[in-house]
Amino acid sequence: MPTFRTGPRTRLLGAAAALTALLAVTGCSSGGGSQAQDDPNEKITLTVNLFSDFGYADLYKQYEQQHPNITIKENRADMGAHHQNLQAHLLAGSGTADVEAIEIGQVAGFQAQAPKFVNFLENGVDAGQWVPSKTAPASSADGKVLFGLGTDMGGMALCYRSDLFKAAGLPTDRDQVSALLSDWKAYAATGKKFLADSPNKDVRWFDSGGNLFSAVIAQAPTGFYDAAGKPVVTENPAVRQAFDLVAGAIKDGESAGIQAFTPAWDTGFQKSQFATVACPAWMSYEFKANPPTDGGTWDMARIPGGGGNWGGSYLSVPKSGKHTKAATELAKWLTAPEQEAKLFTEKGYFPSDQALWSQPDIANHTDPLFNNAPTGKIFSQSAKDLKPQPLGAHGAEIGTALGNALTSIEQGKTDADGAWKKALADVANIVG
Amino acid sequence: MAASVSAGRPARAARAPVAAHRRHRLDRTLSPYLYIAPFFLVFAGFGLFPMLYTGYVSMTNWRVDVPGSQGQWVGLENYRKLLDDPFFLNALKNTVGIGVLSTVPQLLLALVLAHLLNYRMRGRTLFRLGVLLPNVTSVAAVTLIFVQLFGRDYGLINWTLGLFGVEHIDWQAGTLSSWTAISAIVTWRWTGYNALIFLAAMQAVPFELYEAAAIDGASRWRQFRSITVPMLRPTILFSVIVSTIGALQLFGEPMLFGQQQDPTTGGSQHQFQTLALYSYNQFWGRFKYGYGAAVSWAMFLLIVVIVGANLIAARRMKGLDA
Repeated sequence: MPTFRTGPRTRLLGAAAALTALLAVTGCSSGGGSQAQDDPNEKITLTVNLFSDFGYADLYKQYEQQHPNITIKENRADMGAHHQNLQAHLLAGSGTADVEAIEIGQVAGFQAQAPKFVNFLENGVDAGQWVPSKTAPASSADGKVLFGLGTDMGGMALCYRSDLFKAAGLPTDRDQVSALLSDWKAYAATGKKFLADSPNKDVRWFDSGGNLFSAVIAQAPTGFYDAAGKPVVTENPAVRQAFDLVAGAIKDGESAGIQAFTPAWDTGFQKSQFATVACPAWMSYEFKANPPTDGGTWDMARIPGGGGNWGGSYLSVPKSGKHTKAATELAKWLTAPEQEAKLFTEKGYFPSDQALWSQPDIANHTDPLFNNAPTGKIFSQSAKDLKPQPLGAHGAEIGTALGNALTSIEQGKTDADGAWKKALADVANIVG
Repeated sequence: MAASVSAGRPARAARAPVAAHRRHRLDRTLSPYLYIAPFFLVFAGFGLFPMLYTGYVSMTNWRVDVPGSQGQWVGLENYRKLLDDPFFLNALKNTVGIGVLSTVPQLLLALVLAHLLNYRMRGRTLFRLGVLLPNVTSVAAVTLIFVQLFGRDYGLINWTLGLFGVEHIDWQAGTLSSWTAISAIVTWRWTGYNALIFLAAMQAVPFELYEAAAIDGASRWRQFRSITVPMLRPTILFSVIVSTIGALQLFGEPMLFGQQQDPTTGGSQHQFQTLALYSYNQFWGRFKYGYGAAVSWAMFLLIVVIVGANLIAARRMKGLDA
C-alpha cells in the first residue's frame, strides 16, 4: 500500500515482470481467459499481484483454511512496473493475475479499461461501504461499473521525533505540536528555528522535498488535473505554490535530501537524519522496520493544513483471469470490514471503509510505535476532513517529475525557477 | 556466423551406394542447411521479426491511451520529432559519454591484466578463472552493491575519500559523477571478460618473437608494446566493436543506479538516462509505442553507423585484415 515503494528487491522483480510483459505483448495473445467450470470444490490456485506488502499473509492462511480447495499465491513488483504490466496485460488480453492491486494515483489510467474488469456492482458489492471519493475513481465514467474494491487510504499525519524536538527547545506534546505546526508556512518557519537551535547539526527538518511536496499538494482542492480530466499543472496556482514552498524550505537547508523508499532512506530513519516526516498511515511499516539506533522515539501529530490523502489502493479482478468467480470472492473478503479493521490494528493500514472510522476499536486505537499516539483518532479525523481531489491518468508520473525537480534543487544543481522549468518539460513529455 | 555455412559438409555422404545416389546427393546439399536452420529460425522469430516489426511500429502513431491509433501511418514523422526532442539528444549524449568513459579504461585495463596473466606464476588457472567472476554475477546484484558503495552519506567510497579530506560526493547528482560511477560498474563487470579474450590471443603469439626480442635486449614493456599489441590488433578490434555495441545498449546499470521513484528517468535531471532507458521510458512508461519504437530503431541505426566507422578506421590502419 505504500504509494511509491520501490525497494531494490522489488525493482528486480519489476524488471523481470516487465520482461514477461514484453513477451506477453509481442507474442500472440491466446484470447480471453478460459472460464473454468464453476465446480466449488475444484482445487485452484489464485494469484494476487501487488506492488508492496499489503499485510495479507495471515489473512491468506485464514482464507485457505476456510476454503481448503484454494491456494493463494502472491507476487510483488515495484509500483511503476506493476501498473505498467497490468496495462500491458489488459491490452494483450492475457497475463493478468486473478486479483490485481491498483494504487489510487494510478487508478484514473484504468478507467477507460473498466469493461475489462469484473463489475463488483453485479457481484453483490454495496458501493456504500466506501465514501464516494473512494469509489468514483475506480468506476467507469457512467458509474455503472465498479472495478476496484477500496483497501486502505492515506489518512495523513505528521510524524516527529519528540526527543529531537526537546533538544531543540520545541514542544514535545502532540497537541502543542499540532497547534504550533498548524499550516505549512508555520511548518517551514519552525524548521528554520529547529535547525538553528538543534544541538545535533546532522539532523535536518524533513526527509525529502519530493515527499513533502506529495503531502502539501494532496491538500489542494485541485491538484494536477481539473474535474474534466485535463492536466492543469501550469494553470493551477496551487501546484506552483506548493512547489515554491518546498523549494524555499530546501533552500533554507531543511531537507535531508534523501530519496524516499530507497535503502538510504531506511538508513536515514536509523541514523536520525531528519526530525519530521509527513506520514500517511501506510508508511508505518517503515518506522517499524527502521527504529532509530540512538534510542529516540517517534510521535504523531496532526498534519499541517489538515486533511489530504496520499496513497491507498484498490483490489480488482480482470476478466482475463482464470478463476474470476473465486477471485471476486477473495477480493470481496479481503476488503470486507472485519479484515480491514484487522489490517489497521495489526499492520497500521488505515481502512477506506467509512463505517469503520467511527467503530470504537478503530477510532480509539493507539500505536506503541508512535509513543501510544491515538492513530485511530488522527487518521479518522484526517479521513473525515478529506476533500477529494480530481484525479487524472498520469497523476502519479507528474508527481514523480515534480519530485525529481525538487531533488535536483536538493542536489544543488539548479534553483527553484530552473527546476520548475525542467519539470514542466517533463510534464509535457508525460501528457503530450 | 555466416562463415559456418560452408564448413558443415558431412564427409560420410561421399561413400553412398550408387542406388541411393540421388537421395544422398540431396542429403549432401540439403543437410548443411538443416543443421544451421535452428539458429536462423530462432533468429528470424526472435531477432529479425521483432526488429522489422519495431521498424513498422516506429512509423505509426500507436499510443495505448489513444484508442484506434494502432496502425495509424505517419511515415518518418517520429524520426523527425527525435531530432528536436531534448530528452533524446540528452540521452544520446549520456550514452556516448558513459560509453567512452567505460569502454576505454576497460579495454586498456583488460590488456594489462591479460599481459600479467600471461606470465608463468603459481595458481595461474585460478587467477584466470577469477577475472571472469564479475562477469558471471548478475548485473542487478552488482549494481545494487555499487549503489551502496557510492552512497552519499554512508557509502564506502565517500568514506575512503573522506580519509583524504575529500568532501562527500553525491554521486547520483552530477553528470560527470554519475557517469563515472556507472562506468565503474560496467568496467568492473567486463574487464575480466575482455582480458580473457586478449589472453587467448596472446597465447597464439609465437614465443620465438619474444625470445628474439629478449636477445636483442628489449625490456618487458618494449616487448609488450612492439610485439604483443601489434599481434593482437584483430582481437583488439573485435573487443572494441563488441564493447561499443554493449555500451550503446547500456540499460540495467543506469536503471538500477537511479534512486528516483521512476527508475527510467535516469537521475533527477536525466543526467544518466541512456538511449535504452529513454526508449523503455517512452514505450513502457508512457505507452507511446510508435515513438518508443522510433527511439529503438534510431539506436540500432546509430550502432550500425558507429560499428561501420570503426571498421573503416581499422582498415585504414596498416597490417590489418578486418
